[in-house]
Amino acid sequence: MGKIKALEGVEPVTMIDTPARLDYTFTAGRATSRFLKGLEQKKLLGERSAATGKVYLPPRGADPVAGVPTEEQVEVADYGVVTSFCVVNVKFYGQAMECPYVCALVVLDGADIATFGLIQEIPYEEVRPGLRVEAVWVDDSELGTTLENIKYFRPTGEPDAPAESYKEHV
Amino acid sequence: MGKHRVAVVGVGQTKHDSARNDVSIAGLLREAAQRALDDAEMTWKDIDAVVLGKAPDFFEGIMMPELYLAEALGATGKPMLRVHTAGSVGGSTGVVASSLVQGGIHERVLTVAFEKQSESEAMWALSLPIPFQPPLVAGAGGYFAPYIRSYIARSNAPSHIGSLVALKDRRNGLKNPYAHLHEHDITLESIQGSMMLWDPIRYAETCPSSDGACAMVLAGEKVADAAAKKPAWVHATAMRSEPGFFAGRDQVNPRGGQDCSADVYKQAGITNPRKEIDCAEVYVPFSWFEPMWMENLHFAEEGEGWKMTEEGATSMTGDLPVNCSGGVLCSNPIGASGMLRFAESAMQVRGAAGDHQVDGARLALGHAYGGASQFYSMWIVGADKP
Amino acid sequence: MRDVAVVSFAQSKHERALPGINEVEMLMPVVGQVRDQIGLDKNRVGFTCSGSTDYLAGQAFSFVMTLDGIGAWPPISESHVEMDAAWALYEAWVKLQMGEIDIAMVYGYSKTSPGDLPDVLTRQLDPYVYAPLWPDSISLAALQAQAVLDEGGTSEREWAEIAARSRASAKNNPNAQLTGDFDPEAILAEEYLVAPLRKHDCPPITDGAAAIILAADDAAREFSKRPAWIRGLEHRIDPQSLGVRNLTRVVSLEQAGEAAGVSKDKIDFAELHAPFTYQEVLAKRALGLSDEVSINPSGGALAANPMMAAGLVRIGEAADRIIAGEGDRAVASATQGACMQQNLVCVLEGE
Repeated sequence: MGKIKALEGVEPVTMIDTPARLDYTFTAGRATSRFLKGLEQKKLLGERSAATGKVYLPPRGADPVAGVPTEEQVEVADYGVVTSFCVVNVKFYGQAMECPYVCALVVLDGADIATFGLIQEIPYEEVRPGLRVEAVWVDDSELGTTLENIKYFRPTGEPDAPAESYKEHV
Repeated sequence: MGKHRVAVVGVGQTKHDSARNDVSIAGLLREAAQRALDDAEMTWKDIDAVVLGKAPDFFEGIMMPELYLAEALGATGKPMLRVHTAGSVGGSTGVVASSLVQGGIHERVLTVAFEKQSESEAMWALSLPIPFQPPLVAGAGGYFAPYIRSYIARSNAPSHIGSLVALKDRRNGLKNPYAHLHEHDITLESIQGSMMLWDPIRYAETCPSSDGACAMVLAGEKVADAAAKKPAWVHATAMRSEPGFFAGRDQVNPRGGQDCSADVYKQAGITNPRKEIDCAEVYVPFSWFEPMWMENLHFAEEGEGWKMTEEGATSMTGDLPVNCSGGVLCSNPIGASGMLRFAESAMQVRGAAGDHQVDGARLALGHAYGGASQFYSMWIVGADKP
Repeated sequence: MRDVAVVSFAQSKHERALPGINEVEMLMPVVGQVRDQIGLDKNRVGFTCSGSTDYLAGQAFSFVMTLDGIGAWPPISESHVEMDAAWALYEAWVKLQMGEIDIAMVYGYSKTSPGDLPDVLTRQLDPYVYAPLWPDSISLAALQAQAVLDEGGTSEREWAEIAARSRASAKNNPNAQLTGDFDPEAILAEEYLVAPLRKHDCPPITDGAAAIILAADDAAREFSKRPAWIRGLEHRIDPQSLGVRNLTRVVSLEQAGEAAGVSKDKIDFAELHAPFTYQEVLAKRALGLSDEVSINPSGGALAANPMMAAGLVRIGEAADRIIAGEGDRAVASATQGACMQQNLVCVLEGE
């Protein structure tokens, strides 16, 4: 390998920092748009697959098992049961929450699939599968086309759901 | 015509580390590739085709980096493919590379997988805000933790199992000079005392973030027969994918993994995997995945995987040593981790695993998974021809 | 080698920006159609392979969500390349050569509309010395176009004629985006976009998806009366560095064309993936095609350029015409990487 005399004794560059930024405009897609518009009305609109009869919330536009669109809207309750959870204790860039916080899988009444939700108003050691929870919404004046309309889920105070009732989700 | 035989005739990997500031991305993968070529006693010129694998391009901020790495990979004027199947990519890359020989298309294929995580924001890229969804899930650990909790509930596994796996893998890593983590002072107490990151996953039970690359040279039968060193013959390869979310999905013991392993066992003529397989390199990024995968891979009955760990069956002196290399818990350059599993299994049956060699290993399983436990790639390699 | 053929091809109606639908919703009908139009049950597909890139979607692991649109249950044998889906077709073809399965499905797609494509493509370059300069894809193409002009043997007029011919041919293509009658003189009178390229020399920005079914031996005959047999399928790559290669020749395309046996027999028509007009000139030269060969009857990438699918579409368009008996032997090409860095060639024949 040849040496360049003029560079002798010059500190080699071994690292460069190149900031980059790209802007994207995302399209929600039909199913997500329907869902977000429902949220603005404080409604949780799942969609049922004609092929399997299962209700997806949030709707994904496709029934993943059959590969066909979901089209029938089904209103799903804003309360349901925790099927599993974890306590997040690690910070990361872009994180919305303060640690520690409980992120749980919640199957809302009427839906056939769990959705991720934040759990509050209960010490995190007491969160458990079977816990019945309900959504806490933002004030009506703050409603928008976003899942952030739901601030978090809190215990309803009801007795825990029997394990049998949510067994298939665990 | 049928499948042609294919064998691993060269293996190379880098010293994995949190930041390999001594090499560029090109330098990192050439380190692994050159070692693989040297091991195969070949030169760059001997290679017919190159297959590259790595995880999401958002990690390093370079779109389709194989394009700029073509020269570094010795691929100029040759066919080059870039595989990307999420976390399982390192394994899928090995499967695709094998298929080029098995399909009778090439005789000598170089396959490389890498990740230079120090030059990326992996946690950010893994938690990239999905539009129209609030960012709740804290990376991979945050995603898997609830399902690990479900496994523990389903199987009634005692709570220290995860720590036993971490201890075993980290101690195994001490015998692997390439491993990123060499934790000489690790003990069960130090693991159990470490911080909870995503309860029930502790810091010490979590994979590191590593820079690293792995490479293999795959060759057809004639070339493998003439190789100076013992080849590792590929007995079976398979891939499976399933959707990440659907009503009724079992995320703890996914069918995709069960089907994929059943497929490789069938191809290899294995009817009792626990007895017939000598050792396994299995993708375990969070310690609890070991017992879960033991069940998913049909090594243990459902609900009993944790017993294999507890009894020491998966330790180097057990009847089915798992992750003698230290596994993903010691080194996790995400794009390469799957290929490291495949490569380490090949090293075992070639008798080339040095201090972490399982004596007399003749048949080994390499396993990788990715996404929401939805992508699987596996292979079986053996000291004898299939 | 096993005889493998294209037996079905489907694509979306390509648009500048498909309004209100996301990638899954865009892809699903195409995948449904490619199977349904030949009565293929999804469970008979032995292997699936797709091509796409995260940087167009602006999301890591973007290909994972499109898995929802293909009905991957029970679990399927499936793989993905971060490349134009023409290379996914290659991977599927290799899988069929192994002899264990007879039918494979390939798909590719992109929504290019979310991002600014020329800027996005700057990320596809060497991160140390090129990417920090943000050289957009049109400027890089212009660099190559100027070199080609300087060397002689072509002209801006020839390029304007290619632009006009492509969009006129596209009038017969119900899926094409940019169609119509354009006068080469009028094109030449327009301002340069980036000299020596005018807007007409450049591809449109397109959202679109495409899918192909490959079948081997008897399975091909089961699903098609006149399968489009793949007689040659090869790909090669050149170095990326613009200063290291001769930009007036596409060596990797020459190599792939030669290995695929393009010149072994008469070619009736060609679907060449040439997103920029001057690239058609380079591709035609690289493959040694005479002036008798009809080029891009579909309109080519100048009429619709769904990134990551456009190469696959060339193969599909060529295959459809063979299947319809419009020709007996055709060549399709796919390209990716700045200034045609990586190229694939597919030779198709009717029985």
